[in-house]
Amino acid sequence: MLEIRDIYKNYEGKPLLEGISFTVQAGETVCLLGESGSGKSTLLRVIAGLETAESGSIWWNGEEISSVPAHKRGFGLMFQDYALFPHRTVEENVAFGLRMQGLPRPEIAARTGAALGLIRMDDFAKRAVTELSGGEQQRVALARALAPNPRLLMLDEPLGALDHALRIQLIGELRRILHESEKPAIYVTHDREEAFGLADTLMLLHKGRIVQAGSTAELFRQPVNAWAAGFLGLGTLLSGSVVASEPLIVQTAVGMFQAAACERDWQVGAGAKLLLRPQDALLLRGQPEGANQFSARVQDSLFMGETYHSVLRIGEFALDIQTDTALAPGSDVTVAFPPERVSCLKGE
Amino acid sequence: MKGMPGARWWKFLLWLLPAAFLLVFFYQPLAAILRLAFSMQAESGGQSFPLGLVADTFVFTFWQAALSTLLTLVVGLPAAYLFSHFEFTGRKFLRIIALLPFILPTVVVAVCFNSLLGPRGWLNVGLMALFHLSEPPIRLLNSLPAILLAHVFYNSSVIIRIVGGAWSRLDRKLTQAAQMLGANPWRVFWEVIFPLLLPAIAGASLLVFLFDFTSFGVVLMLGGPRFATLEVEIYTQALYLFNLPLAGMLSLVQLAFTLLIAWLHNRVSLPRYGKAALSAERANLRRPQTRNEKLFVLLTAVLLIALILLPLLSLVTRSVVSLEADRGARGEAQTGFTLRYYRELFRDTTGSIFYVPPALAVRNSVLYAGAAMLIANVLGLLASYALRYSGRVSRWLEPVLILPLGASAVTLGLGFVIVFRRAPWDALSFPLLIPFAHALVALPLVVRTLLPALRAIPDTLRQAAGTLGAGWMRVFREVDLPLLLRPLLVSMVFAFTISLGEFGASSFLSTGQNPTIPVAIYRYISQPGALNYGQALAMSTILLLVCAAGSLVIEKARLPGEELF
Repeated sequence: MLEIRDIYKNYEGKPLLEGISFTVQAGETVCLLGESGSGKSTLLRVIAGLETAESGSIWWNGEEISSVPAHKRGFGLMFQDYALFPHRTVEENVAFGLRMQGLPRPEIAARTGAALGLIRMDDFAKRAVTELSGGEQQRVALARALAPNPRLLMLDEPLGALDHALRIQLIGELRRILHESEKPAIYVTHDREEAFGLADTLMLLHKGRIVQAGSTAELFRQPVNAWAAGFLGLGTLLSGSVVASEPLIVQTAVGMFQAAACERDWQVGAGAKLLLRPQDALLLRGQPEGANQFSARVQDSLFMGETYHSVLRIGEFALDIQTDTALAPGSDVTVAFPPERVSCLKGE
Repeated sequence: MKGMPGARWWKFLLWLLPAAFLLVFFYQPLAAILRLAFSMQAESGGQSFPLGLVADTFVFTFWQAALSTLLTLVVGLPAAYLFSHFEFTGRKFLRIIALLPFILPTVVVAVCFNSLLGPRGWLNVGLMALFHLSEPPIRLLNSLPAILLAHVFYNSSVIIRIVGGAWSRLDRKLTQAAQMLGANPWRVFWEVIFPLLLPAIAGASLLVFLFDFTSFGVVLMLGGPRFATLEVEIYTQALYLFNLPLAGMLSLVQLAFTLLIAWLHNRVSLPRYGKAALSAERANLRRPQTRNEKLFVLLTAVLLIALILLPLLSLVTRSVVSLEADRGARGEAQTGFTLRYYRELFRDTTGSIFYVPPALAVRNSVLYAGAAMLIANVLGLLASYALRYSGRVSRWLEPVLILPLGASAVTLGLGFVIVFRRAPWDALSFPLLIPFAHALVALPLVVRTLLPALRAIPDTLRQAAGTLGAGWMRVFREVDLPLLLRPLLVSMVFAFTISLGEFGASSFLSTGQNPTIPVAIYRYISQPGALNYGQALAMSTILLLVCAAGSLVIEKARLPGEELF
């Protein structure tokens, strides 16, 4: 449906977007995940038609729409801080897009009512938007964007300003609404939790490029490089260099690792980063024997509900692991990572 | 101010001085005017009450103000859009020029237009030389268009400041949200921008209307004998026809109506949607991109240059060029660059009884302005503190302090001559009388500069200083004073330049023996002769340059985001 081809965009003389291309299919929710300043909001505004790119093109169902003005694209955009019209009521805000389409009054009233029903805010119709709480404003903004039935829905950090508990609740609600509306959607956020909770396809945006795109499971299992693994918070990263390639052995400050979960071929002497996931750590009795086993001292052990999150020290190096039981701080343990669970990644 | 010795006392003391000053120098004259006006009513028994004159004057005052306001909006709104949206070469310079007129004395504005369009102005002299005419072909002086032109010149800066300020802080996301919902540019404007700017536009328009309604110097000097606003009629009735009761009656009408407008202004200009509509920072400016945008920027800039820069330049250049021989004076017509008009200002010659020594006027004005600056700022600072910490009693006193806003300078002058007419209180024997009047004129603006600055200092700063061991004097010196330094500088420059250019009250109080610069300029330009004309230009130029310097200081020292109104 939507196709983005090779978008380049500068901001204050510096390159911000450097050749972005991707597609969004019918009913698909694409999450653009990136740090603040990675250009994800700008990309959304380029797609919306609010800003123009230096080069590249935007296509809808095989038709180029790069030069169509924003108000004729038929896309919906939900703004980061909602941008509700302060001089209009909840109802009038939601009805705005319908009025712009020149629909007859009864239809506007019916569809406004339906949109308010969708976000479960029927009782708020006549209220001033300035009186609403953050979560209520967020829902009104969503209803306003959905009411004119846009062919694509874009959401720019829609949960950014809300507190954690409310965010969790609204992620669920958003997923329900996006699913029910069956609309293609682009969702921009810097929050992993939101992205994993909503995305059909996840795209990592870093330094103006899409570093990796895929399903959440793919990204989780196979991060494309150390930056992606770090940004997704998949585990502890450890620098080293390759000393043998078959099987792959990596020398680190901590000791030797054998890494079997690797996609690519490695040259001896190449720099590499090892990804050690907390849930893959094994605690052994006795002293370490051979590769992938190390003695460590427990620094801290935190109860996280089902499991414990412990921090181990191997010399200067801090390692996060997940355990079923609490570890006594200050005690010595032997920790091991099975080779088939250790990923070897390119440093950025 | 908790923890202060006798806190309640202290508040009372704050009120004491400003209140006493207003009582003696504002409310007493006001009461005298009221008494006079009603005594006339009683004496005449309504028989010979010139209702027609009052009504006619009011009607003219009203509709010239309405027309001026409308024209000011026509010029000011595009200019407000220009400055709030576009970046272009010369933008900063043009903005300073566009905002300058607001601080200019009315006499200077009148002389500016005279030097451009008057019988001896550039345009007429040029056309006469070009087509060998013996009479000036353009007779714009003493006409309604001249008044309107000067009012637009004067007040577009008010629209630019208020509406432009609001427009540049209007959250651009709101207009983009409307766009995303399918609104074309036309609908974006009418559905979103206009309703959100309406408080600013209405407030600015009412303010401009108020200024035009109370216009005195411009109408007196550019309108000629055929046109009289209430202000001019008060002046004529009091000083030329010696009909003080009628002048008092007119003042009363004027005061009542201006208070009504001030009240309306306070009601409509409240920012209605608060933070939701206005973002804290100004939106980015952009260079004009499309052909229409470029054309708009060009046309608006040209309009501003023609309307504002041209009269200013015309004054300055005309003051150093002699174009004609003194009529009746011996000698050839000398055309060319000359500093003669400036030299003549400081030559000690005695002429007719109308002669006003210019050097004396400059000396007087500077001394008066210095005194008025100190008085207005001491009183203004006290009053601002009193208002900042206003309790229940103070809230009742607040309107007492605000009322002088509604009184015009001419009304003030009239009240002063009625009450302080004999020695030792008249203007000649009591040299502080004129500074007192000027301080009253400047006081509202001083309070409006200092009070927001004072309110912006969080009390927690003082409390923190207190817990660190500073006594209240020390707190004032270490916390308040450093933070108030810039606003104080601004309000001092304001008071100084206002006093320097004050004409309404001065025209009642200043005579040939104690002239001020504006009064001297008015006398020079009302008399025949190229030399008198040249001297009026020279003095106006000096005043213009002082005010321009003052407005630069104000622009630089103003706290960011603080608007004047």
